Amino acid sequence: MSETTTTTTGATHTGHGSHGRATRPGMLRIGAARIGFEVKGYFRSPDAVFFTFLFPLIMLGIFTAAFSAAGDIQPGPNAEGISVGAYYLPGMLAAGMLLSGVQNLAVDIAGEKGDGTLKRLGGTPLSPVSYFLGKIGQVFVTGVLQAALLLLVAATLLGIALPTDPDAWLTFAWVFVLGVGTSALLGIALSALPRSGKSATAVVIPIVLVLQFISGVYLQFSQLPEWMQNIASVFPLKWMAQGMRAAFLPDDFKVLEQTQEWDLGLVAIALLLWLVVGLVVSRLTFRWIRRDA
Amino acid sequence: MDITAPATGNSATDAAIRIRGLRKAYGGVAAVDGIDLDIARGETFALLGPNGAGKSTTVEILEGYRVRTAGEVSVLGTDPAHGDLDWKARLGIVLQSATESGVYTVREQLTHFARFYPDPRDVDEVIAAVGLEEKARTRISKLSGGQRRRVDVALGIVGRPELLFLDEPTTGFDPEARREFWQLIRGLKAEGTTILLTTHYLDEAAQLGDRAGIILGGRLVDVGRVDELGGREARVPIVRWRDPSGAPREERTEAPAALVASVVRELGGEPAGLEVIRPSLEDIYLELVRSAGAETRNEEEALA
Repeated sequence: MSETTTTTTGATHTGHGSHGRATRPGMLRIGAARIGFEVKGYFRSPDAVFFTFLFPLIMLGIFTAAFSAAGDIQPGPNAEGISVGAYYLPGMLAAGMLLSGVQNLAVDIAGEKGDGTLKRLGGTPLSPVSYFLGKIGQVFVTGVLQAALLLLVAATLLGIALPTDPDAWLTFAWVFVLGVGTSALLGIALSALPRSGKSATAVVIPIVLVLQFISGVYLQFSQLPEWMQNIASVFPLKWMAQGMRAAFLPDDFKVLEQTQEWDLGLVAIALLLWLVVGLVVSRLTFRWIRRDA
Repeated sequence: MDITAPATGNSATDAAIRIRGLRKAYGGVAAVDGIDLDIARGETFALLGPNGAGKSTTVEILEGYRVRTAGEVSVLGTDPAHGDLDWKARLGIVLQSATESGVYTVREQLTHFARFYPDPRDVDEVIAAVGLEEKARTRISKLSGGQRRRVDVALGIVGRPELLFLDEPTTGFDPEARREFWQLIRGLKAEGTTILLTTHYLDEAAQLGDRAGIILGGRLVDVGRVDELGGREARVPIVRWRDPSGAPREERTEAPAALVASVVRELGGEPAGLEVIRPSLEDIYLELVRSAGAETRNEEEALA
């Protein structure tokens, strides 16, 4: 009890009396400032920009150039097909969400833990809530820019027809928001795994890469063996890609899905579950420093 | 409603830092083994000791980074194990060198950090105080080691802390930069900032510290005013010379001139290899470390 008294009287007895004790800025205000700061830092880090921001765009360009000669992709015999680029666009949008969230944040935060950034922040009155708002906000800002760039290049340079139906864009919008949020939280959660900043890419990239191969980003999902499809269904990327296909592919293409349906309800449930997992793991594992390791 | 009570000068109110019986063990091995210390408000206290002596562990417990095993600690009236953000807003922490990627400019980084605090210093004044005006628009990654260290110090003081922790702040500074830094610290001191400094440079401790403490093997072996550390005996001048057979002689005396005169009389001439040494803080420190049986390795680090 005497400690409480000491705190209050102590503050008025310091040599800083003339400045008074102004109130600390709120968590949300600092969080908003963190978003701008983080976005600036992201675009000044060439590795992050290349491997998480531009990568899906480059892959879409390569796929379009490499496989266009093989002809259109059709949902069934004698059905109307679409170009390779059009087929892969939803997968690349999903990959972008995963890279901007999971790969970017897991590597970034593990690096900040390793190089002393987090320890320094932990010694300031920055709230972890503001810190996470900054990280998640950064993923949203760069994720939106990335998706916009992908769609722009797809529509112009690659001549891919984009949906005109508002419902398709509504589907895109909610899958995107939910997917990016889930990816960002999973990235924060995964950042606890690497033992050092240097090993972060070695730990994170294989996980992200394997997921992209089995979840219908680089390989046509309908052509994967069923056991592989089932494994992929446990993880969120498959559902992001499926949600994006529902938004961008013609309705006939749903016959290529596992249940011959888009299953948007399942997409929402799977992503929400992973969002909660990400939130809980982040909450439990995050430390400014490895205390007494 | 006895509001006059705390002003009657009990140590808990006056102390910025109060430590009683502090212990920290890692897997049964004590890194900090029973430290008691009070640091008054406005005081600059220098904590000395070889690497691995428990200096950093002690400071990190005070900063709230580590949890103690036993003992009582109060920093600005708060237990650092439960320090909240308002408490952190009153501290400034300059850690040992960080290796951040440094994609922000000096000014961007400081402006951003200043936002966390209720009553920050003016960013330009801070940049000027650490002598980085020319580099304000340069990315931190492009700065030299000494310049980066100045950014660390700037980040530590931008929040106008009541209590400033400085962990080996001038490592990598050239002599001129160190003197400028000392000037900066004296300015903070004049404003009433309490400072806890850990350093390997004993002249720095002598220049800045009101008091100093020496940690060895997790214990504070000596605490006192910098010019009193080691006690009077440790400061008695030493006279060294060689007798006519060439054997080294050494004597400690409060009257070295009289001793030299008597040696000259005895030898009937100039003694070979004559030296009169007044032990510096460094000599006293090294003697304490040596007598406590610390490793030679650590002494070298202390001298570096």
